[in-house]
Amino acid sequence: MSNPSDLKYTQTHEWIRVEGTKGTVGITDFAQHELGDIVFVEAPAPGTSLSAGSPMGSVESVKAVSEVNAPLSGAVAEVNPELADHPELLNQDPYGKGWILKMTLSDPGALGGLMDAAAYEKYVAEVTH
Amino acid sequence: MAELKKTPLNGEHRALGAKMVDFGGWDMPVQYTSILDEHAAVRTRAGLFDVSHMGEVWIEGRQALDLVQFLSSNDASKLAVGQIQYSGLLTPRGCFVDDMLVHNDGESRFLLVVNASNTEKDYAWILSQAGRFDAKVTNRSPETAQIAIQGPRALGILQPLVKGLELSPIKYYWYGYGTVLGESCLVARTGYTGEDGFEIYCPPAFAPALWRALLEAGRADGLIPAGLGARDTLRLEACMALYGNDIDDTTTVLEADLAWILKLSKPGDFNGRPVLERQKAEGVGRRLVAFELLDRGIPRHGHDCYAGSEKVGHVTSGTLAPFLKRPLGMAYLPTALAEAGSLFEVDIRGKRVPAKVVPKPFYKRPKG
Repeated sequence: MSNPSDLKYTQTHEWIRVEGTKGTVGITDFAQHELGDIVFVEAPAPGTSLSAGSPMGSVESVKAVSEVNAPLSGAVAEVNPELADHPELLNQDPYGKGWILKMTLSDPGALGGLMDAAAYEKYVAEVTH
Repeated sequence: MAELKKTPLNGEHRALGAKMVDFGGWDMPVQYTSILDEHAAVRTRAGLFDVSHMGEVWIEGRQALDLVQFLSSNDASKLAVGQIQYSGLLTPRGCFVDDMLVHNDGESRFLLVVNASNTEKDYAWILSQAGRFDAKVTNRSPETAQIAIQGPRALGILQPLVKGLELSPIKYYWYGYGTVLGESCLVARTGYTGEDGFEIYCPPAFAPALWRALLEAGRADGLIPAGLGARDTLRLEACMALYGNDIDDTTTVLEADLAWILKLSKPGDFNGRPVLERQKAEGVGRRLVAFELLDRGIPRHGHDCYAGSEKVGHVTSGTLAPFLKRPLGMAYLPTALAEAGSLFEVDIRGKRVPAKVVPKPFYKRPKG
């Protein structure tokens, strides 16, 4: 799967789609593939403040737990209500129906610190070789 | 880092695109496509496992039975030829050097099947105990490959490939010898999944041909290769202990809630007997229990257990059970908390989640 060009990516394999002061966050296709079958997603409640690069929740596969970091700082606006019953959406559609949360950004300008799709693909190629 | 050991099926796993992991020094497939799919296949159809990494230690000679009896918690004198029992390979303190399957091969000969990563340790331990017995101990693990076919359709898939051995009369935990695709193999009705199935012991050079033939023969029945990930979740649903998680050389047979493999009534001395006799008389302080979480979360190996503010034990194995679809696990808890219905909490990364002790096993296959 190719990584959408309208998203920004982190070194810890999250993505964020920024629209004005709002951001939608999920994990990348590479991350879901590495984790395998995802069976549980723990996301912070709406209103929780998030700090860029710090853990905001976790994703669990059958075998392992993986922390999910906030790509940018802000506050949780909405959590994907489908994930409680269908965590497999992260495997099936990581950039679409498998989004984890929407957030209100406190500093949308910080986006420049993240990678674009091309840079992320280069980064993944490096970490896997 | 030492180079990982490979089973004779390593090339098959790679050709199938398996995700490989270091499992106790072995390069093994953790999954081929999906742990959930592989788990479901074994529960409803059939799965094929490479278990060639397991250890095979043979004990033979005039006092083979006496040596096995001295090493083992169970009573091997009760085994008919062709019968198998689960047992503990015990330390003098009544704990586990390993757990094992003891096969009575007749003619004063026994096959002990032990855990892969313990094989060298077990073999050295058995040799160290064997001196005063007239018995020969041989580690034939390198000359033995093992393939497990597990699931309700295992018998139907395997039988057409086997000559000279009728599989359906073989009872659970019995075995026989047959010719599989022209090669003499030991075929045992055993497994580590909670399902019906067979474990086939064969020469390593023959293993790839057997593996491919079984996959081909089982395709129409939905047989798929299954990795160590599914093996772990399957055995946990069936409440089968995993060495290194649920049992080890600090846990006694009675603490592990395995009284059914401890035969204090058997004659003669054996490793651990005095400790275990005392524990049986006085009772154990802690016991391995099965539990289910009462709220969302997934218990994992190493999570602490609490009763109120007091830390009372730890989770030894845990998962979100793929077939039962419930978060469950096993844990050592104080005896007072070990009865079914007891409530406690599991600390999951700082969050206390309520849990309840339940009867074992979680999953029992439908009789049919």
